[in-house]
Amino acid sequence: MLEILQKAAAGNGLVTAFAVVGLVVLLAGQISRRLTFGRVHGSAIAIVIGLGLAYWGGSQTGSHKGLADMSLFGGIGLMGGAMLRDFAIVATAFEVQVTEAKRAGLIGAVALLLGTVLPFIVGAAIAWSFGYTDAVSMSTIGAGAVTYIVGPVTGAAIGASPDVMALSIATGLLKAILVMVGTPMAARFLALKTPRSAMVFGGLAGTVSGVSAGLAATDRKLVPYGALVATFHTGLGCLMGPSVLFFATKALMG
Amino acid sequence: MIIYGTALLAACHLLGIFLGDLLGQFLGVKTNVGGVGIAMLLLIFARLFLAKRNLLPKLTEMGVEYWGAMYIPVVVAMAAQQDMVSALRGGPVAILAALAAVSLCACVIAAINRTEKPEALPNQAKDAQGNPLLAEAE
Repeated sequence: MLEILQKAAAGNGLVTAFAVVGLVVLLAGQISRRLTFGRVHGSAIAIVIGLGLAYWGGSQTGSHKGLADMSLFGGIGLMGGAMLRDFAIVATAFEVQVTEAKRAGLIGAVALLLGTVLPFIVGAAIAWSFGYTDAVSMSTIGAGAVTYIVGPVTGAAIGASPDVMALSIATGLLKAILVMVGTPMAARFLALKTPRSAMVFGGLAGTVSGVSAGLAATDRKLVPYGALVATFHTGLGCLMGPSVLFFATKALMG
Repeated sequence: MIIYGTALLAACHLLGIFLGDLLGQFLGVKTNVGGVGIAMLLLIFARLFLAKRNLLPKLTEMGVEYWGAMYIPVVVAMAAQQDMVSALRGGPVAILAALAAVSLCACVIAAINRTEKPEALPNQAKDAQGNPLLAEAE
């Protein structure tokens, strides 16, 4: 019986994923309503449950894709993978009000630039203070603090060692997780209320995954504005990391 | 037909990714530059263009809106496949670097957003074109 059920679930990965995620969202909604009396957003709780499942799956299988590495939950990998994630993000653009987006165009671009340069400086400085004093390691860890994709792309381009690369990816992942979990809590401090503020947030907070989950858990209406800017984050980071930012670090460190 | 909406979304998505890859190659980076953002802009323009010509019936819109409404579940699935184990194994350098970068950026976001004039608020009230499939999504 159980075996047949397992086979059905594993053979219909994406469908299983829909059911599992639906269950998680339902559970999160109940927790939100019953335990926090609506003070904590159901989506925020669902994302935290997701991250918890990712930890559980990752420690069970010892690989890198969280729950998606367990054969029973392989469909999660497809449902939450880059393809459907980007498809859903693009779909949210349907709700964008053009006048709002236009008003914040320039400030969004400024935020994007700051969101690349500031984390890089912070990451590189902390790497330096921990004894990674060569320009290559500093730049790779600094780039990891931009996003977890910029880190390894930069590291590969300038020839960083594998352990520094791993550190850089870990930095970027932690940043994404901090943004996912922290945004709803810090929403008031960040003054996240308007489309313009969401675009500033999207530019500065970086990482599509962090921004998209953080905004989803704060106010779903703000998602398209934040995502519109954030999706340029990785591209800009990969552009600046191995070039301008690395050269500046090298010039500074000799 | 509902598929028209989804197909429009898919066409914008693909064209955006293509243009993003092209831009990346042009700039000499080994990655996509803003492909999803470009796709979003394409979809915004497509909506304006079609709506003006009355080519956007409700059912076509639903083909896009369904996916927009699936956004949060997709994000939950995304969260469930993060590499939490190696993220937490990064040690103090990774934790400090991530925490410091996020805190600094949070302060800059707060500072910039506080400069915004509150006149934007009435705009939200007349936000008539939200996604109808999101009524229940808080």
